[in-house]
Amino acid sequence: MAAHTQDKAVNTSSLWKHVKKEWKLYSFLVIPVIYFIIFKYAPMLGSIIAFRKYRGGPNIFGSEWVGFTYFEMFMKDPTFWRAFFNDLSLSVSYLLVKFPITLLFALLLNELRRVKLKKFVQTVSYLPHFISMVIVAGMVKEMVSLSGPINYVLSSLGFEKISFISLPEWFPTIYVTSGIWQSLGWGTILYLAAMTGINTALYEAAKIDGANRLRLAMHVTIPGILPTIMVLLILDIGSILGSNFEKILLLYNPLTYETADVISTYVYRMGITGGNFSYATAVGLFEGVIGLILVTIANQVSKKTTKSSLW
Amino acid sequence: MILIVFFTLYPFVYLVAQSFSSEAAIYAGKVTFFPVEFTTKTYEVILSKPDFFLYYWNTIVYSVVGTFIAVAATAVMSYPLSKDRLRLNKFFIPFVLFTMYFGGGLIPNYILVAKALGMRDTIWAIVIPGAISAFNVILMKTFFAGIPHELEEAGRVDGLGVFGIFTRIILPLSKPILVTIMLFVMVGMWNNWFGPSLYLQSKDKWPVALYLKQIIDNAVSPTEIGASSDQTSQIAASVKSTAMVLTSLPIICIYPFVQKYFVQGMMIGAVKG
Repeated sequence: MAAHTQDKAVNTSSLWKHVKKEWKLYSFLVIPVIYFIIFKYAPMLGSIIAFRKYRGGPNIFGSEWVGFTYFEMFMKDPTFWRAFFNDLSLSVSYLLVKFPITLLFALLLNELRRVKLKKFVQTVSYLPHFISMVIVAGMVKEMVSLSGPINYVLSSLGFEKISFISLPEWFPTIYVTSGIWQSLGWGTILYLAAMTGINTALYEAAKIDGANRLRLAMHVTIPGILPTIMVLLILDIGSILGSNFEKILLLYNPLTYETADVISTYVYRMGITGGNFSYATAVGLFEGVIGLILVTIANQVSKKTTKSSLW
Repeated sequence: MILIVFFTLYPFVYLVAQSFSSEAAIYAGKVTFFPVEFTTKTYEVILSKPDFFLYYWNTIVYSVVGTFIAVAATAVMSYPLSKDRLRLNKFFIPFVLFTMYFGGGLIPNYILVAKALGMRDTIWAIVIPGAISAFNVILMKTFFAGIPHELEEAGRVDGLGVFGIFTRIILPLSKPILVTIMLFVMVGMWNNWFGPSLYLQSKDKWPVALYLKQIIDNAVSPTEIGASSDQTSQIAASVKSTAMVLTSLPIICIYPFVQKYFVQGMMIGAVKG
Protein backbone atom coordinates (compact mmCIF):
# COMPACT_ATOMS: atom_id res chain seq x y z
CA MET A 1 0.00 0.00 0.00
CA ALA A 2 2.76 2.40 1.00
CA ALA A 3 4.76 1.44 -2.06
CA HIS A 4 1.72 2.04 -4.18
CA THR A 5 1.18 5.56 -2.84
CA GLN A 6 4.84 6.35 -3.29
CA ASP A 7 4.66 5.10 -6.83
CA LYS A 8 1.81 7.43 -7.53
CA ALA A 9 3.66 10.33 -5.98
CA VAL A 10 6.63 9.69 -8.24
CA ASN A 11 4.32 9.54 -11.21
CA THR A 12 2.63 12.79 -10.33
CA SER A 13 5.91 14.57 -9.77
CA SER A 14 7.36 13.29 -13.03
CA LEU A 15 4.20 14.33 -14.78
CA TRP A 16 4.56 17.74 -13.19
CA LYS A 17 8.15 17.93 -14.41
CA HIS A 18 6.99 16.93 -17.86
CA VAL A 19 4.35 19.65 -17.92
CA LYS A 20 6.89 22.19 -16.65
CA LYS A 21 9.33 21.22 -19.37
CA GLU A 22 6.73 21.32 -22.12
CA TRP A 23 4.62 24.16 -20.76
CA LYS A 24 5.10 26.23 -23.89
CA LEU A 25 3.50 23.59 -26.07
CA TYR A 26 0.76 22.91 -23.56
CA SER A 27 0.00 26.62 -23.35
CA PHE A 28 -1.13 26.42 -27.00
CA LEU A 29 -4.02 24.31 -25.75
CA VAL A 30 -5.33 26.68 -23.10
CA ILE A 31 -7.71 28.75 -25.21
CA PRO A 32 -8.95 25.89 -27.42
CA VAL A 33 -9.60 23.70 -24.38
CA ILE A 34 -11.56 26.48 -22.71
CA TYR A 35 -13.45 26.82 -25.96
CA PHE A 36 -14.26 23.09 -25.93
CA ILE A 37 -15.40 23.26 -22.32
CA ILE A 38 -17.72 26.18 -22.96
CA PHE A 39 -19.09 25.34 -26.40
CA LYS A 40 -19.00 21.54 -26.46
CA TYR A 41 -19.13 20.27 -22.91
CA ALA A 42 -21.26 22.95 -21.26
CA PRO A 43 -24.20 22.20 -23.59
CA MET A 44 -23.90 18.53 -22.60
CA LEU A 45 -24.25 19.58 -18.98
CA GLY A 46 -26.99 21.92 -20.10
CA SER A 47 -29.00 18.85 -21.06
CA ILE A 48 -29.80 18.81 -17.37
CA ILE A 49 -32.79 20.96 -18.17
CA ALA A 50 -34.39 17.83 -19.58
CA PHE A 51 -34.88 16.86 -15.94
CA ARG A 52 -35.95 20.30 -14.78
CA LYS A 53 -38.86 22.56 -15.42
CA TYR A 54 -37.03 25.21 -17.39
CA ARG A 55 -39.01 28.18 -18.55
CA GLY A 56 -36.39 30.33 -20.22
CA GLY A 57 -34.00 32.88 -18.82
CA PRO A 58 -30.24 32.74 -18.44
CA ASN A 59 -30.11 30.63 -15.28
CA ILE A 60 -30.70 26.96 -15.98
CA PHE A 61 -30.37 25.97 -12.33
CA GLY A 62 -33.20 28.07 -10.96
CA SER A 63 -35.98 25.65 -11.69
CA GLU A 64 -37.42 22.61 -9.94
CA TRP A 65 -36.46 18.97 -10.58
CA VAL A 66 -39.04 16.93 -12.38
CA GLY A 67 -37.07 13.70 -12.91
CA PHE A 68 -38.05 11.71 -15.95
CA THR A 69 -41.40 13.45 -16.43
CA TYR A 70 -40.46 14.81 -19.84
CA PHE A 71 -39.11 11.46 -20.97
CA GLU A 72 -42.35 9.76 -19.99
CA MET A 73 -44.21 12.51 -21.78
CA PHE A 74 -42.52 12.02 -25.12
CA MET A 75 -42.67 8.25 -24.84
CA LYS A 76 -46.44 8.60 -24.80
CA ASP A 77 -46.44 11.18 -27.56
CA PRO A 78 -47.56 9.80 -30.96
CA THR A 79 -45.90 12.70 -32.79
CA PHE A 80 -42.58 11.71 -31.28
CA TRP A 81 -42.96 8.13 -32.43
CA ARG A 82 -43.91 9.24 -35.92
CA ALA A 83 -40.77 11.41 -36.00
CA PHE A 84 -38.71 8.53 -34.64
CA PHE A 85 -39.81 6.10 -37.34
CA ASN A 86 -39.50 8.69 -40.10
CA ASP A 87 -35.98 9.42 -38.93
CA LEU A 88 -35.11 5.73 -39.06
CA SER A 89 -36.73 4.98 -42.40
CA LEU A 90 -35.35 8.09 -44.16
CA SER A 91 -31.78 7.42 -43.03
CA VAL A 92 -31.88 3.70 -43.63
CA SER A 93 -33.27 4.05 -47.13
CA TYR A 94 -30.78 6.82 -47.90
CA LEU A 95 -27.93 4.69 -46.57
CA LEU A 96 -29.03 1.63 -48.55
CA VAL A 97 -29.06 3.61 -51.79
CA LYS A 98 -26.08 5.86 -51.16
CA PHE A 99 -23.58 3.32 -49.95
CA PRO A 100 -23.43 0.96 -52.95
CA ILE A 101 -23.83 3.76 -55.50
CA THR A 102 -20.98 5.80 -54.04
CA LEU A 103 -18.72 2.77 -53.91
CA LEU A 104 -19.58 1.85 -57.49
CA PHE A 105 -18.97 5.41 -58.66
CA ALA A 106 -15.60 5.47 -56.90
CA LEU A 107 -14.59 2.20 -58.60
CA LEU A 108 -15.66 3.54 -61.99
CA LEU A 109 -13.76 6.78 -61.44
CA ASN A 110 -10.72 4.79 -60.51
CA GLU A 111 -10.99 2.88 -63.78
CA LEU A 112 -10.99 6.04 -65.88
CA ARG A 113 -7.61 6.09 -67.52
CA ARG A 114 -7.85 9.50 -69.18
CA VAL A 115 -6.59 11.81 -66.46
CA LYS A 116 -8.23 14.96 -67.81
CA LEU A 117 -11.63 13.31 -68.07
CA LYS A 118 -11.30 11.90 -64.58
CA LYS A 119 -10.43 15.34 -63.18
CA PHE A 120 -13.37 16.87 -64.99
CA VAL A 121 -15.87 14.30 -63.74
CA GLN A 122 -14.54 14.71 -60.21
CA THR A 123 -14.71 18.48 -60.30
CA VAL A 124 -18.29 18.43 -61.50
CA SER A 125 -19.44 15.76 -59.10
CA TYR A 126 -18.00 17.49 -56.01
CA LEU A 127 -19.68 20.77 -56.83
CA PRO A 128 -23.12 20.19 -55.25
CA HIS A 129 -21.44 19.51 -51.91
CA PHE A 130 -20.39 23.15 -51.72
CA ILE A 131 -23.75 24.69 -52.46
CA SER A 132 -25.79 26.13 -49.63
CA MET A 133 -28.56 23.91 -48.33
CA VAL A 134 -30.92 26.83 -48.91
CA ILE A 135 -30.06 26.75 -52.60
CA VAL A 136 -30.20 22.96 -52.79
CA ALA A 137 -33.67 23.03 -51.27
CA GLY A 138 -34.65 25.84 -53.60
CA MET A 139 -33.39 23.88 -56.60
CA VAL A 140 -35.22 20.76 -55.51
CA LYS A 141 -38.44 22.71 -55.19
CA GLU A 142 -37.96 24.23 -58.64
CA MET A 143 -37.15 20.87 -60.20
CA VAL A 144 -40.27 19.16 -58.85
CA SER A 145 -42.63 22.12 -59.11
CA LEU A 146 -45.69 21.92 -61.31
CA SER A 147 -44.01 24.01 -64.00
CA GLY A 148 -40.62 22.34 -63.49
CA PRO A 149 -38.74 19.99 -65.80
CA ILE A 150 -39.83 16.74 -64.16
CA ASN A 151 -43.47 17.54 -64.64
CA TYR A 152 -42.65 18.77 -68.13
CA VAL A 153 -41.33 15.33 -68.99
CA LEU A 154 -44.31 13.65 -67.32
CA SER A 155 -46.86 15.73 -69.17
CA SER A 156 -45.16 15.36 -72.53
CA LEU A 157 -45.24 11.60 -72.01
CA GLY A 158 -48.97 11.94 -71.47
CA PHE A 159 -49.06 11.55 -67.68
CA GLU A 160 -50.80 13.81 -65.17
CA LYS A 161 -48.69 16.45 -63.48
CA ILE A 162 -47.84 15.68 -59.86
CA SER A 163 -47.44 18.16 -57.04
CA PHE A 164 -44.50 16.27 -55.56
CA ILE A 165 -43.59 18.68 -52.78
CA SER A 166 -46.99 18.53 -51.08
CA LEU A 167 -47.53 14.77 -51.25
CA PRO A 168 -46.22 12.84 -48.24
CA GLU A 169 -45.68 9.64 -50.25
CA TRP A 170 -43.13 11.44 -52.43
CA PHE A 171 -41.04 12.93 -49.67
CA PRO A 172 -38.72 9.94 -49.09
CA THR A 173 -37.96 9.75 -52.82
CA ILE A 174 -37.20 13.47 -52.99
CA TYR A 175 -35.06 13.23 -49.89
CA VAL A 176 -33.00 10.27 -51.08
CA THR A 177 -32.59 11.44 -54.68
CA SER A 178 -31.51 14.95 -53.78
CA GLY A 179 -29.17 13.49 -51.16
CA ILE A 180 -27.48 11.35 -53.79
CA TRP A 181 -27.19 14.34 -56.11
CA GLN A 182 -25.51 16.33 -53.37
CA SER A 183 -23.14 13.77 -51.96
CA LEU A 184 -22.29 11.27 -54.70
CA GLY A 185 -19.05 12.91 -55.79
CA TRP A 186 -17.92 14.06 -52.39
CA GLY A 187 -18.57 10.61 -50.95
CA THR A 188 -15.98 9.11 -53.29
CA ILE A 189 -13.11 11.32 -52.17
CA LEU A 190 -12.03 9.17 -49.24
CA TYR A 191 -12.36 5.98 -51.29
CA LEU A 192 -10.18 7.45 -54.01
CA ALA A 193 -7.66 8.54 -51.41
CA ALA A 194 -7.59 5.01 -50.05
CA MET A 195 -7.22 3.56 -53.55
CA THR A 196 -4.10 5.60 -54.25
CA GLY A 197 -2.63 3.96 -51.17
CA ILE A 198 -2.95 0.43 -52.54
CA ASN A 199 0.33 -1.16 -53.47
CA THR A 200 0.59 -1.26 -57.28
CA ALA A 201 2.60 -4.49 -57.07
CA LEU A 202 -0.64 -6.21 -56.02
CA TYR A 203 -2.28 -5.18 -59.29
CA GLU A 204 0.65 -6.39 -61.34
CA ALA A 205 0.74 -9.71 -59.55
CA ALA A 206 -2.98 -10.18 -60.15
CA LYS A 207 -2.58 -9.24 -63.82
CA ILE A 208 0.12 -11.85 -64.25
CA ASP A 209 -2.30 -14.35 -62.74
CA GLY A 210 -4.67 -13.41 -65.54
CA ALA A 211 -7.17 -11.21 -63.75
CA ASN A 212 -9.28 -8.86 -65.87
CA ARG A 213 -10.32 -5.38 -64.76
CA LEU A 214 -13.47 -6.56 -63.04
CA ARG A 215 -11.57 -9.17 -61.07
CA LEU A 216 -8.88 -6.63 -60.19
CA ALA A 217 -11.55 -4.37 -58.73
CA MET A 218 -13.19 -7.24 -56.87
CA HIS A 219 -10.07 -8.86 -55.45
CA VAL A 220 -7.56 -6.04 -55.10
CA THR A 221 -9.30 -2.68 -54.92
CA ILE A 222 -12.21 -3.56 -52.66
CA PRO A 223 -10.16 -5.48 -50.09
CA GLY A 224 -7.64 -2.64 -50.19
CA ILE A 225 -10.17 -0.01 -49.23
CA LEU A 226 -12.16 -2.19 -46.85
CA PRO A 227 -10.97 -0.34 -43.73
CA THR A 228 -12.16 2.94 -45.25
CA ILE A 229 -15.49 1.38 -46.18
CA MET A 230 -15.97 0.13 -42.64
CA VAL A 231 -15.06 3.43 -40.98
CA LEU A 232 -17.48 5.34 -43.19
CA LEU A 233 -20.18 2.76 -42.54
CA ILE A 234 -19.72 3.03 -38.78
CA LEU A 235 -20.00 6.80 -38.97
CA ASP A 236 -23.15 6.54 -41.05
CA ILE A 237 -24.72 4.06 -38.67
CA GLY A 238 -23.95 6.37 -35.79
CA SER A 239 -25.92 9.14 -37.42
CA ILE A 240 -28.92 7.03 -38.31
CA LEU A 241 -31.00 9.17 -36.02
CA GLY A 242 -30.53 12.82 -36.82
CA SER A 243 -31.12 12.76 -40.56
CA ASN A 244 -30.14 15.81 -42.47
CA PHE A 245 -31.83 18.36 -40.26
CA GLU A 246 -31.36 21.52 -42.32
CA LYS A 247 -32.50 19.90 -45.51
CA ILE A 248 -35.67 18.49 -44.05
CA LEU A 249 -36.42 21.75 -42.30
CA LEU A 250 -36.15 23.53 -45.63
CA LEU A 251 -38.02 20.96 -47.68
CA TYR A 252 -40.90 19.81 -45.55
CA ASN A 253 -44.21 21.52 -44.88
CA PRO A 254 -47.22 20.70 -42.73
CA LEU A 255 -48.69 18.67 -45.60
CA THR A 256 -45.75 16.28 -45.58
CA TYR A 257 -45.08 16.04 -41.81
CA GLU A 258 -46.54 12.55 -41.98
CA THR A 259 -43.43 11.19 -43.69
CA ALA A 260 -40.97 14.06 -43.35
CA ASP A 261 -40.99 15.07 -39.71
CA VAL A 262 -37.90 13.69 -37.95
CA ILE A 263 -36.67 13.94 -34.38
CA SER A 264 -34.49 16.99 -34.93
CA THR A 265 -37.18 18.94 -36.75
CA TYR A 266 -39.61 17.96 -34.02
CA VAL A 267 -37.14 19.23 -31.42
CA TYR A 268 -36.80 22.46 -33.37
CA ARG A 269 -40.55 23.03 -33.55
CA MET A 270 -41.11 22.10 -29.92
CA GLY A 271 -38.15 23.99 -28.48
CA ILE A 272 -37.31 26.98 -30.62
CA THR A 273 -40.72 27.72 -32.10
CA GLY A 274 -42.85 26.36 -29.28
CA GLY A 275 -40.74 27.35 -26.28
CA ASN A 276 -40.98 23.92 -24.59
CA PHE A 277 -37.27 23.91 -23.87
CA SER A 278 -37.19 21.09 -21.34
CA TYR A 279 -39.36 18.78 -23.37
CA ALA A 280 -37.37 19.39 -26.54
CA THR A 281 -34.11 18.88 -24.68
CA ALA A 282 -35.31 15.53 -23.39
CA VAL A 283 -36.13 14.42 -26.93
CA GLY A 284 -32.79 15.73 -28.22
CA LEU A 285 -30.88 13.99 -25.44
CA PHE A 286 -32.60 10.73 -26.29
CA GLU A 287 -31.53 11.11 -29.92
CA GLY A 288 -27.93 11.88 -28.94
CA VAL A 289 -27.65 8.91 -26.59
CA ILE A 290 -29.08 6.50 -29.17
CA GLY A 291 -26.54 7.80 -31.70
CA LEU A 292 -23.68 7.29 -29.28
CA ILE A 293 -24.84 3.74 -28.49
CA LEU A 294 -25.16 2.92 -32.20
CA VAL A 295 -21.66 4.19 -32.98
CA THR A 296 -20.24 2.15 -30.12
CA ILE A 297 -22.00 -1.04 -31.19
CA ALA A 298 -21.08 -0.60 -34.87
CA ASN A 299 -17.50 0.09 -33.87
CA GLN A 300 -17.29 -3.02 -31.70
CA VAL A 301 -18.84 -5.25 -34.35
CA SER A 302 -16.49 -3.92 -37.00
CA LYS A 303 -13.50 -4.34 -34.70
CA LYS A 304 -14.40 -7.99 -34.16
CA THR A 305 -15.22 -8.84 -37.77
CA THR A 306 -12.94 -6.71 -39.94
CA LYS A 307 -10.39 -5.36 -37.46
CA SER A 308 -10.98 -1.80 -38.60
CA SER A 309 -12.49 0.64 -36.15
CA LEU A 310 -12.70 4.27 -35.15
CA TRP A 311 -11.02 3.76 -31.80
CA MET B 1 -20.02 9.01 -66.59
CA ILE B 2 -21.36 11.55 -69.06
CA LEU B 3 -24.81 10.85 -67.70
CA ILE B 4 -23.66 11.56 -64.17
CA VAL B 5 -22.03 14.80 -65.26
CA PHE B 6 -25.23 15.77 -67.03
CA PHE B 7 -27.52 15.03 -64.10
CA THR B 8 -25.21 16.81 -61.70
CA LEU B 9 -25.07 19.95 -63.80
CA TYR B 10 -28.64 20.02 -65.04
CA PRO B 11 -30.22 21.69 -61.97
CA PHE B 12 -27.66 24.50 -62.25
CA VAL B 13 -28.34 24.97 -65.94
CA TYR B 14 -32.06 24.97 -65.29
CA LEU B 15 -31.66 27.61 -62.59
CA VAL B 16 -29.64 29.90 -64.81
CA ALA B 17 -32.07 29.41 -67.68
CA GLN B 18 -34.94 30.31 -65.41
CA SER B 19 -33.26 33.41 -64.09
CA PHE B 20 -32.95 34.80 -67.62
CA SER B 21 -36.43 33.83 -68.72
CA SER B 22 -39.66 35.77 -68.65
CA GLU B 23 -42.16 34.96 -65.96
CA ALA B 24 -44.87 33.90 -68.37
CA ALA B 25 -42.60 31.31 -69.92
CA ILE B 26 -41.65 29.92 -66.50
CA TYR B 27 -45.26 29.52 -65.42
CA ALA B 28 -46.13 27.89 -68.70
CA GLY B 29 -43.40 25.34 -67.99
CA LYS B 30 -41.61 26.14 -71.22
CA VAL B 31 -38.17 26.59 -69.71
CA THR B 32 -36.20 23.38 -69.80
CA PHE B 33 -32.67 24.02 -70.92
CA PHE B 34 -32.26 27.42 -72.53
CA PRO B 35 -33.75 30.73 -71.42
CA VAL B 36 -37.08 31.45 -73.05
CA GLU B 37 -37.84 35.08 -73.98
CA PHE B 38 -34.45 36.22 -72.74
CA THR B 39 -34.49 39.08 -70.22
CA THR B 40 -32.13 40.45 -67.57
CA LYS B 41 -34.84 42.39 -65.79
CA THR B 42 -34.68 40.40 -62.55
CA TYR B 43 -30.94 40.93 -62.28
CA GLU B 44 -31.39 44.64 -62.85
CA VAL B 45 -34.04 44.90 -60.17
CA ILE B 46 -32.15 42.87 -57.56
CA LEU B 47 -28.83 44.53 -58.23
CA SER B 48 -30.30 47.99 -58.09
CA LYS B 49 -31.47 47.38 -54.54
CA PRO B 50 -28.91 48.39 -51.89
CA ASP B 51 -30.32 45.84 -49.40
CA PHE B 52 -28.99 42.98 -51.40
CA PHE B 53 -25.48 44.38 -51.14
CA LEU B 54 -25.88 44.86 -47.42
CA TYR B 55 -26.72 41.16 -46.98
CA TYR B 56 -23.87 40.26 -49.28
CA TRP B 57 -21.50 42.42 -47.29
CA ASN B 58 -22.67 40.80 -44.03
CA THR B 59 -21.95 37.39 -45.49
CA ILE B 60 -18.47 38.50 -46.53
CA VAL B 61 -17.73 39.89 -43.05
CA TYR B 62 -18.97 36.73 -41.30
CA SER B 63 -17.03 34.49 -43.66
CA VAL B 64 -13.75 36.37 -43.34
CA VAL B 65 -13.84 36.88 -39.58
CA GLY B 66 -15.18 33.40 -38.93
CA THR B 67 -12.63 31.72 -41.14
CA PHE B 68 -9.74 33.61 -39.58
CA ILE B 69 -10.78 32.66 -36.05
CA ALA B 70 -11.46 29.05 -37.00
CA VAL B 71 -8.23 28.40 -38.88
CA ALA B 72 -6.07 30.08 -36.25
CA ALA B 73 -7.73 28.21 -33.40
CA THR B 74 -7.65 24.86 -35.19
CA ALA B 75 -3.96 25.22 -36.02
CA VAL B 76 -3.01 26.27 -32.51
CA MET B 77 -4.90 23.35 -31.04
CA SER B 78 -3.72 20.74 -33.54
CA TYR B 79 -0.02 21.46 -33.17
CA PRO B 80 0.51 20.22 -29.60
CA LEU B 81 -1.92 17.34 -30.22
CA SER B 82 0.29 16.13 -33.08
CA LYS B 83 3.23 15.61 -30.71
CA ASP B 84 3.46 12.07 -29.41
CA ARG B 85 5.84 13.04 -26.65
CA LEU B 86 3.20 15.11 -24.86
CA ARG B 87 1.86 12.73 -22.23
CA LEU B 88 -1.30 14.68 -21.51
CA ASN B 89 -2.46 14.09 -25.08
CA LYS B 90 -3.69 10.74 -23.80
CA PHE B 91 -6.33 12.82 -22.14
CA PHE B 92 -6.75 15.70 -24.61
CA ILE B 93 -7.23 13.67 -27.78
CA PRO B 94 -10.20 11.66 -26.48
CA PHE B 95 -11.47 14.93 -25.00
CA VAL B 96 -11.64 16.34 -28.53
CA LEU B 97 -12.78 13.13 -30.24
CA PHE B 98 -15.71 12.59 -27.93
CA THR B 99 -17.38 15.75 -29.22
CA MET B 100 -17.55 14.13 -32.65
CA TYR B 101 -19.93 11.49 -31.39
CA PHE B 102 -21.96 13.28 -28.79
CA GLY B 103 -23.15 16.81 -28.34
CA GLY B 104 -25.45 18.86 -26.19
CA GLY B 105 -28.12 19.10 -28.84
CA LEU B 106 -29.92 22.03 -30.33
CA ILE B 107 -31.74 23.42 -27.33
CA PRO B 108 -28.88 23.55 -24.78
CA ASN B 109 -26.66 25.13 -27.42
CA TYR B 110 -29.28 27.69 -28.18
CA ILE B 111 -29.77 28.54 -24.51
CA LEU B 112 -26.02 28.78 -24.01
CA VAL B 113 -25.36 31.12 -26.91
CA ALA B 114 -28.51 33.20 -26.84
CA LYS B 115 -29.23 33.40 -23.12
CA ALA B 116 -26.28 32.42 -20.96
CA LEU B 117 -23.60 34.15 -23.04
CA GLY B 118 -25.84 36.91 -24.34
CA MET B 119 -24.43 36.70 -27.84
CA ARG B 120 -27.81 37.05 -29.50
CA ASP B 121 -27.90 39.52 -32.36
CA THR B 122 -24.13 39.88 -32.50
CA ILE B 123 -21.61 38.62 -35.00
CA TRP B 124 -20.09 36.45 -32.25
CA ALA B 125 -23.07 34.12 -32.19
CA ILE B 126 -22.32 33.39 -35.84
CA VAL B 127 -18.55 33.08 -35.87
CA ILE B 128 -17.66 31.61 -32.47
CA PRO B 129 -19.84 28.56 -31.66
CA GLY B 130 -18.70 26.53 -34.67
CA ALA B 131 -15.11 27.75 -34.75
CA ILE B 132 -13.27 24.53 -33.90
CA SER B 133 -14.55 21.19 -35.09
CA ALA B 134 -13.07 17.93 -33.91
CA PHE B 135 -12.95 16.69 -37.49
CA ASN B 136 -10.79 19.60 -38.67
CA VAL B 137 -8.50 19.22 -35.66
CA ILE B 138 -7.92 15.55 -36.49
CA LEU B 139 -7.26 16.36 -40.14
CA MET B 140 -4.72 19.04 -39.26
CA LYS B 141 -3.11 17.07 -36.47
CA THR B 142 -2.49 14.19 -38.90
CA PHE B 143 -0.86 16.57 -41.35
CA PHE B 144 1.38 18.16 -38.70
CA ALA B 145 2.44 14.73 -37.49
CA GLY B 146 3.69 13.95 -40.99
CA ILE B 147 6.15 16.86 -41.08
CA PRO B 148 9.67 15.50 -40.59
CA HIS B 149 10.89 15.92 -37.06
CA GLU B 150 14.36 16.95 -38.24
CA LEU B 151 13.09 20.26 -39.57
CA GLU B 152 12.01 21.28 -36.09
CA GLU B 153 15.31 20.16 -34.65
CA ALA B 154 17.11 22.33 -37.19
CA GLY B 155 14.94 25.27 -36.18
CA ARG B 156 15.75 24.71 -32.52
CA VAL B 157 19.48 24.61 -33.25
CA ASP B 158 19.09 27.93 -35.04
CA GLY B 159 17.66 29.35 -31.85
CA LEU B 160 13.93 29.31 -32.54
CA GLY B 161 11.55 28.89 -29.64
CA VAL B 162 8.40 26.77 -29.69
CA PHE B 163 6.36 29.62 -31.08
CA GLY B 164 8.99 30.46 -33.68
CA ILE B 165 9.12 26.86 -34.87
CA PHE B 166 5.35 26.85 -35.17
CA THR B 167 5.04 30.07 -37.15
CA ARG B 168 8.25 29.94 -39.20
CA ILE B 169 8.56 26.24 -39.95
CA ILE B 170 5.31 24.36 -39.39
CA LEU B 171 2.75 26.80 -40.76
CA PRO B 172 4.57 27.60 -44.04
CA LEU B 173 4.93 23.86 -44.68
CA SER B 174 1.25 23.24 -44.04
CA LYS B 175 -0.30 25.23 -46.85
CA PRO B 176 -2.38 22.38 -48.32
CA ILE B 177 -4.10 21.59 -45.05
CA LEU B 178 -4.47 25.24 -44.03
CA VAL B 179 -6.09 26.05 -47.36
CA THR B 180 -8.32 22.99 -47.05
CA ILE B 181 -9.61 23.89 -43.61
CA MET B 182 -9.94 27.51 -44.67
CA LEU B 183 -12.13 26.46 -47.56
CA PHE B 184 -14.29 24.14 -45.51
CA VAL B 185 -14.93 26.81 -42.92
CA MET B 186 -15.42 29.57 -45.45
CA VAL B 187 -17.91 27.59 -47.50
CA GLY B 188 -19.72 26.67 -44.30
CA MET B 189 -19.85 30.29 -43.21
CA TRP B 190 -20.91 31.50 -46.61
CA ASN B 191 -23.78 29.02 -46.72
CA ASN B 192 -24.80 29.34 -43.09
CA TRP B 193 -28.39 30.33 -42.64
CA PHE B 194 -29.57 28.30 -39.68
CA GLY B 195 -27.34 29.90 -37.05
CA PRO B 196 -28.24 33.39 -38.23
CA SER B 197 -31.93 32.47 -38.28
CA LEU B 198 -31.66 31.43 -34.63
CA TYR B 199 -29.56 34.26 -33.32
CA LEU B 200 -29.96 37.34 -35.50
CA GLN B 201 -33.08 39.37 -34.97
CA SER B 202 -32.25 42.59 -36.74
CA LYS B 203 -32.71 42.14 -40.43
CA ASP B 204 -29.82 44.43 -41.28
CA LYS B 205 -27.41 41.86 -39.83
CA TRP B 206 -28.68 39.01 -41.97
CA PRO B 207 -26.36 37.13 -44.30
CA VAL B 208 -27.48 36.67 -47.88
CA ALA B 209 -28.28 32.96 -47.37
CA LEU B 210 -30.94 33.76 -44.79
CA TYR B 211 -32.37 36.48 -47.00
CA LEU B 212 -32.49 34.00 -49.84
CA LYS B 213 -34.41 31.59 -47.68
CA GLN B 214 -37.04 34.24 -47.08
CA ILE B 215 -37.31 34.84 -50.83
CA ILE B 216 -37.75 31.14 -51.51
CA ASP B 217 -40.36 30.88 -48.76
CA ASN B 218 -42.16 33.73 -50.50
CA ALA B 219 -41.90 35.75 -47.33
CA VAL B 220 -40.24 38.47 -49.36
CA SER B 221 -42.36 39.59 -52.25
CA PRO B 222 -41.00 41.22 -55.39
CA THR B 223 -42.49 44.52 -54.29
CA GLU B 224 -40.35 44.40 -51.17
CA ILE B 225 -37.28 43.89 -53.29
CA GLY B 226 -38.24 47.19 -54.85
CA ALA B 227 -39.85 46.43 -58.15
CA SER B 228 -42.50 48.79 -59.42
CA SER B 229 -45.90 47.24 -60.06
CA ASP B 230 -45.45 46.60 -63.77
CA GLN B 231 -42.20 44.82 -63.05
CA THR B 232 -43.74 42.86 -60.21
CA SER B 233 -45.56 40.34 -62.30
CA GLN B 234 -42.63 40.16 -64.63
CA ILE B 235 -40.15 38.99 -62.02
CA ALA B 236 -42.23 37.06 -59.50
CA ALA B 237 -41.12 33.66 -60.75
CA SER B 238 -37.57 34.34 -61.77
CA VAL B 239 -36.61 36.29 -58.65
CA LYS B 240 -35.94 33.07 -56.76
CA SER B 241 -33.65 31.65 -59.35
CA THR B 242 -31.86 34.94 -59.87
CA ALA B 243 -31.21 35.30 -56.16
CA MET B 244 -30.01 31.70 -56.03
CA VAL B 245 -27.63 32.26 -58.93
CA LEU B 246 -26.26 35.44 -57.37
CA THR B 247 -25.78 33.82 -53.98
CA SER B 248 -23.93 30.76 -55.20
CA LEU B 249 -21.95 32.59 -57.88
CA PRO B 250 -18.84 33.33 -55.78
CA ILE B 251 -18.52 29.71 -54.71
CA ILE B 252 -19.04 28.35 -58.20
CA CYS B 253 -16.45 30.80 -59.56
CA ILE B 254 -13.75 30.17 -56.96
CA TYR B 255 -14.38 26.47 -56.65
CA PRO B 256 -12.58 25.08 -59.73
CA PHE B 257 -9.41 26.97 -58.84
CA VAL B 258 -9.16 25.83 -55.26
CA GLN B 259 -10.47 22.33 -55.83
CA LYS B 260 -7.04 20.76 -56.17
CA TYR B 261 -5.92 22.13 -52.80
CA PHE B 262 -8.66 20.62 -50.76
CA VAL B 263 -8.55 17.31 -52.57
CA GLN B 264 -4.84 17.20 -51.74
CA GLY B 265 -5.48 18.28 -48.16
CA MET B 266 -8.27 15.78 -47.60
CA MET B 267 -6.24 12.96 -49.06
CA ILE B 268 -3.15 13.61 -46.99
CA GLY B 269 -5.18 14.12 -43.85
CA ALA B 270 -7.32 11.07 -44.41
CA VAL B 271 -4.93 8.47 -45.74
CA LYS B 272 -2.65 8.65 -42.76
CA GLY B 273 -5.48 9.09 -40.33
